[in-house]
Amino acid sequence: MRKVIFDEKLCKGCELCVTACPKKILALSDRTNAMGYRVAECIDQSKCISCAFCATMCPDCVIEVHKEK
Amino acid sequence: MDKIVFRKPKLLNDTPFHYCPGCTHGIVHRLIAEALENLGEYDNVVGIAPVGCAVFAYNYFRCDMFQAAHGRAPSVATGIKRATPENTVFVYQGDGDLASIGMAEIVHAATRGENITVIFINNGIYGMTGGQMAPTTLQGQKTTTSPAGRDPLEHGNPIKICELLATLTGPAYIARTSVHDVRSVKATRDALEYGFAMQKNKRGFSLIEILSTCPTNFHMTPAQSLAYVKDVGCKAYPLGVYKDIGLQAEEKKA
Amino acid sequence: MKKLWKGNEAVAEAAIAAGCRCFFGYPITPQNEIPEYMSWRLKEVGGHFVQAESEVSAINMVYGAAGAGARAMTSSSSPGVSLKQEGISYIAGAEVPCVVMNMMRAGPGLGGIQPGQSDYFQATKGGGHGDYRLLVYAPASVQEAADLTYKAFFRADYYRNPVMILGDGMLGQMMEPAEIPAAIDPAALPAKPWAAGGRNGGVQRVINSIFMNPDTLEEHNRELTRKYEDMAKNEVLFEHYRTQDAQVVLVAYGIVARICKAAVDALRAEGIKAGLFRPITLFPFAYGELAKLGNGAAQKFVSVELSCGQLIEDVKLGLYDCEKRPQVGIFARVGGNVMKPEDVVAYVKEGRLSASWIK
Repeated sequence: MRKVIFDEKLCKGCELCVTACPKKILALSDRTNAMGYRVAECIDQSKCISCAFCATMCPDCVIEVHKEK
Repeated sequence: MDKIVFRKPKLLNDTPFHYCPGCTHGIVHRLIAEALENLGEYDNVVGIAPVGCAVFAYNYFRCDMFQAAHGRAPSVATGIKRATPENTVFVYQGDGDLASIGMAEIVHAATRGENITVIFINNGIYGMTGGQMAPTTLQGQKTTTSPAGRDPLEHGNPIKICELLATLTGPAYIARTSVHDVRSVKATRDALEYGFAMQKNKRGFSLIEILSTCPTNFHMTPAQSLAYVKDVGCKAYPLGVYKDIGLQAEEKKA
Repeated sequence: MKKLWKGNEAVAEAAIAAGCRCFFGYPITPQNEIPEYMSWRLKEVGGHFVQAESEVSAINMVYGAAGAGARAMTSSSSPGVSLKQEGISYIAGAEVPCVVMNMMRAGPGLGGIQPGQSDYFQATKGGGHGDYRLLVYAPASVQEAADLTYKAFFRADYYRNPVMILGDGMLGQMMEPAEIPAAIDPAALPAKPWAAGGRNGGVQRVINSIFMNPDTLEEHNRELTRKYEDMAKNEVLFEHYRTQDAQVVLVAYGIVARICKAAVDALRAEGIKAGLFRPITLFPFAYGELAKLGNGAAQKFVSVELSCGQLIEDVKLGLYDCEKRPQVGIFARVGGNVMKPEDVVAYVKEGRLSASWIK
């Protein structure tokens, strides 16, 4: 399942989520959004521990975090 | 089934922030919304936006908002709170707004013990006007109006707001936090929640100073900016609680 | 029932009668009785009084309270009103109703504490930065000061615009019999759906004067101008005193008009057909009514003022289109001096119409 969901249109590619992720599974993609920013993405959802560190540090409320019950 | 562990708080609307990439205004806006929601405050909130980058803060919150003249937000908040004491009133100010042009207003709102909550964003620089020296600019820090670095003999010394206001009898809660990492972000949310609780309990004036960044005018990446706040900012402006009269009348803390 | 009231206290009580429940001020002579009175009187009626740290702060408290929906007021005197101008500009820009009292003293700078009218331009032509106008009332007696203060709150709410009461040190300090208008219950006033007073049911209200898009700001200015033009159509107040057949018309407002009335009577007693035209609203100014006089029997107009040539500009504007091109002169005392009726009589009898108050 997808645990970290990026609302890509809001992302400004600041990489604070990338720095915050303890599992090092976030990176900037090659995609750009309408604002012209390269957007962040999760390269391996299976390794995500749903700690929400990425969302905690995101200045633009881009990230929603889910957890398996 | 899965459960959502993190989503945008309801007090924020869907408008994208206009701030630069990596600007911590966005984090603090979200923390204010989260703190108010945690206390069950939603409809009865009135906020005041300052002059500076956060001048458009009213575009992002769902609550009623005012836009104030430069430095005057604590006075506007005083008027609102006196006229409608049932509202939770918050003031959002930057360092130029609060610690320079608005010094009289903030000191007197604090000493009156006005029952409002002030969120003070200290990033040591004027963001919107293009990186000029702020009253909180650190010694040696280069800005567009102190290009060789702030020299105390020439430009004066940085102002420490928490230390200054904590000398007053009026304030109920004065704390300095930061948003340079996950732990400090969570601590900031707790401090905001505590400040709003103070107001709800009619304990009086609360101010949370939040060490913040301005990657654009620091000429650093967002991550470097956070590291700068952690390594340099937090040394010049020590984090901590500077005054706390307790949430209840009988409580007394240091 | 009429009682003996000091001007400053009468306007304070009239404000409370009009439902004003928030007062924010700062001490300055000669209006100190207003905050002093409000400090205890508002408490009796469940209102709020704050002595602010400055006039700058006080006007912003008014912005907050009035923007949240309350009837709010501040008072000051000339140097203090200068300090309030930033806030008044924001209040006008954000279309928030409030009442500002200026008990004028002589200027410029710190000036003196005796009566003056030298804030006429500031009051009527905007005062702060940007294009805006205040509705300005200039009472000439304690009774009228009370009545106009009461009215000011209703007109402020109607237009969502600041209203200024332009008095002077003499009006504020003198005592006269007056009756305060009957008090209303502010809770019974109509709700203000635009006010950012919380409990918005999920629909945000914003009190704001920033418009970054030039077209939006132009449209905002157009709306404001429309409002000021409505005022000019509907709010003009004035008084004629023996002007019907007058050949010499004195034009004066406020306390000076009282002096001029005595001068008119004295001139008439000597066979000189004099009259007084008294603007009661200074903005909007009674240009049209003045023009009627200019097209009638009057050939000479004298602007009698406690300023160095301010009111005379509006007198000239009012007479600009008159076919007979009546002559306009000025008679002024400033610095805190107030002319006597016999000074005005002597000026008129001399028959000279000075273009400048120092000539």
